Amino acid sequence: MRGRNPLNGRDLHCPEGARIVGRIDESDGIFTLRLRPLASSAAPRFGPGQFNMVYLFGVGEIPISIVSDPESDVLLDHTIRRVGRVSEGLARLQPGDCVGLRGPYGRGWPMERARGRDVIIVTGGLGCAPTVSVINYIINRRGEFGRLSIVQGVKRAQELIYRDRYEAWRGVPDTRVLLAADEGNGSWPWHVGLVTDLFDELAYEPSRTLAMLCGPEGMMVAAVRRLLRAGLPEEAIFLSMERNMQCALGLCGHCQYGAKFVCTDGPVFAYPELKAWFGTRGY
Amino acid sequence: MSRQPDVPSSMVFLPHEGLSGLLDHLRSEGYRCLGPVVRDGAIQMEPVAHPDAFPIGFRDRQEKGTYALEDAGDARMFAFANGPQGLKPWLFSPRETLWHVARRGTALAFEPAEIDAAPLAVIGIRSCDLAAIAIQDRHFLGGARPDPAYAARRGGLFVVAVNCTHAGPTCFCVSTGDGPAARAGFDVALTELEDGFVAAAGSERGERALAGLGLAPAGGAREAAAHERVAAAGSAQTRSLPGRDLQAALLANLLHPRWEAVAGRCLSCGNCTLVCPTCFCHCEREEVSSGGASAEHYREWDSCFSEGHAFIHGLQVRPDIRSRYRQWLTHKLGGWHDQFGRSGCVGCGRCITWCPVGIDITEEAAAVCGAATP
Repeated sequence: MRGRNPLNGRDLHCPEGARIVGRIDESDGIFTLRLRPLASSAAPRFGPGQFNMVYLFGVGEIPISIVSDPESDVLLDHTIRRVGRVSEGLARLQPGDCVGLRGPYGRGWPMERARGRDVIIVTGGLGCAPTVSVINYIINRRGEFGRLSIVQGVKRAQELIYRDRYEAWRGVPDTRVLLAADEGNGSWPWHVGLVTDLFDELAYEPSRTLAMLCGPEGMMVAAVRRLLRAGLPEEAIFLSMERNMQCALGLCGHCQYGAKFVCTDGPVFAYPELKAWFGTRGY
Repeated sequence: MSRQPDVPSSMVFLPHEGLSGLLDHLRSEGYRCLGPVVRDGAIQMEPVAHPDAFPIGFRDRQEKGTYALEDAGDARMFAFANGPQGLKPWLFSPRETLWHVARRGTALAFEPAEIDAAPLAVIGIRSCDLAAIAIQDRHFLGGARPDPAYAARRGGLFVVAVNCTHAGPTCFCVSTGDGPAARAGFDVALTELEDGFVAAAGSERGERALAGLGLAPAGGAREAAAHERVAAAGSAQTRSLPGRDLQAALLANLLHPRWEAVAGRCLSCGNCTLVCPTCFCHCEREEVSSGGASAEHYREWDSCFSEGHAFIHGLQVRPDIRSRYRQWLTHKLGGWHDQFGRSGCVGCGRCITWCPVGIDITEEAAAVCGAATP
């Protein structure tokens, strides 16, 4: 919608109120808020990989990817790590409290291009959140996609979230779930080490595979290198990037990444779009 | 100078004392008039009631990290190069409220801010700043979601451009292709002579404005003199960028040792970005009422040299000055080509003049790109 916040059809900078109708503590410091916009009876349509700006009264807005199912028409789930002024405050809110919401924004994952292909999803840390809707999208249309591989890495074992989801996805036909922690613990039955250590266990046909990466840049650099070496074409690798975002409208300049605005050109990019500077430290 | 202004025909002569008639006309059309005045030791764009307020007789002295004004005691109104700001603060406000929010029980009520968009007429905008406005237009209005406040102010703008007859030592608009003559985007363009201006209209509004003043044709001699003076301002420029499109050369040199060298001099103060007429970065901030029941959400100019610009959830993406200077230069002279179809530099030279340590964008660009340019 031109010049408008899609949630309320009003000024594009201005959020709309949204009620917290559910809250899940995912791990120490990570929580999910389930939001219902106050103004609209139905949540706006969004695509996997898109994000909303979530506003905390008196403090400000942060970009948070939408975790919920794109098919759901009334509720929007956002998984948030308690790490800054806004997220610390959001962590203290409870069902019944109100936040502000603008969105959805950004270019999400290339679901149409992924159709008919094997899909590899490689995530690190909270990078798993922006891919949950991809996984649900594929599972809801299981016959339309090839083999699905889900690879998630965390620094410490106790930081793994969505454990129930991973267990459930393990049972989906033609789906592999591989988990890794740099530091394991007594209740960590999976790989101890890097996500890229697990790539040899993946089953895919490189010429008809699409890879979706989201997580710390160092992890993505290593994953891109491995996937290219395995024979994936550059244009079959997609990365979700993260930069400071304040407007989400391509105006404020904070998410500048090379010649791209992450908020409007991305956050999901095909690797060739970023190749000239991807991995350059401090860029 | 390769071309004359867009509408070279029917040039008229506007004596210095006739400029007040133009201002009167613009005011009668409902415009608030802005023009150059001396304030805080510099030439700035401010509301003006009468051309007497202009910097009559003033000359500027600009060099790396240096700016000073001197009174030459003559009648010329525009015999100086640009001061620290062009029109940017008037179209893209340094601080602007975006919306208000109030608590209503457990709910939040949001209200977009009113947009102050009284029509502006600006007298004395130079070609580099016209080029900069065209770039900012593209940024704020050219995307999928045009900015309402910028759009409202830009829509009402009447432009009286002044072709430069005086280039500062830090000017390099010839090398960026943006001056010293205004080529597009103006309603009226003036070129100053000793006793007045050769004036040309660039729009129908501009034609109406000039027609109402009952001016005589400028005549061949004055037109030639005006042309000569603008050409002289072009040939007086000594600085230049090493090319119009440096994107490939900059990207090939992201690890050039020069970034480290310039970081040793750069204070990361952000002056270059604040005086740059094309820089558009801004942050969004919040001010809560004293009772805590409501808040104002506003945007404010920011700089890619600031500490928080690239901060994400506990991680500083650009922690050092090297990466911040590299970000600024590679974006300004590189990334803009993809984003806006041209470089983000219009050759105004402000970043050189107003850098407290005198860093020169043309020298840095040449040092970084030199190695990659055959």
